[in-house]
Amino acid sequence: MSMLAQVTTAAEAVALTAADQKSISAAGYAGLAYGLATLGPGIGIGYLVGQSVQAMARQPEAAGMVRTTMFLGIAFTEALALIGFVVFILLKFV
Amino acid sequence: MTSPTHIDGDAPEAMIARDMVKKAAIVGPILIVAFGFIWGVHGALSTAYGLAIVVANFVLAAAMLTWAGRISPGFVMGAALFGYLIRLSLIFMAIWLVREASWVELVPLGITIVVTHLGLLFWEMKRVSLSIAYPGLKPTPASKESTSK
Repeated sequence: MSMLAQVTTAAEAVALTAADQKSISAAGYAGLAYGLATLGPGIGIGYLVGQSVQAMARQPEAAGMVRTTMFLGIAFTEALALIGFVVFILLKFV
Repeated sequence: MTSPTHIDGDAPEAMIARDMVKKAAIVGPILIVAFGFIWGVHGALSTAYGLAIVVANFVLAAAMLTWAGRISPGFVMGAALFGYLIRLSLIFMAIWLVREASWVELVPLGITIVVTHLGLLFWEMKRVSLSIAYPGLKPTPASKESTSK
């Protein structure tokens, strides 16, 4: 009887470990998805600011307008990362 | 030496951020009440928290770019890219720290962050595109008007 109890306990331990592993891999994939979601905006912001700085260097008198549109562009690009982050949070915790 | 990013007077980012804070103050209470009706008091609190995160994000971005713009174009690049990373980390921390708090409802919090961020941006974009297309319609401060008369 005690042998059977030991087998049952061992099986429960294995099941718990499998659940833990599943949870760990899910967290890993969620983190990977969030990391990938931030990559695109990072590239986008780099390109956007690079072009804006070039425009300001070519036409310093238009710097005000360029910076205005650059700031809005950065915020719009960043919205993509925020959406990825919110989806990650909702999938992980809700 | 004056850098090509140097602008006399108020920095455009600061003006945009100020305008967005004003707009957030207008739509914020409406959103808080609406989400409060759907998710209760916790939903209203989470909405207010999400709104504060979005506004702080805009203000911080504007402050970093304004500061960098006074120094050099290279700094603008650095401030934009590292600022993006820093602000994203701060938003992550701000939500991670409260995710298990009793007053936090993650669904209204997430919806508020996305909707407010995009909504305020579209609203501001409309104003900016109008002021670029029709510069004559741009409102001028009262002090400038009185000195020009």
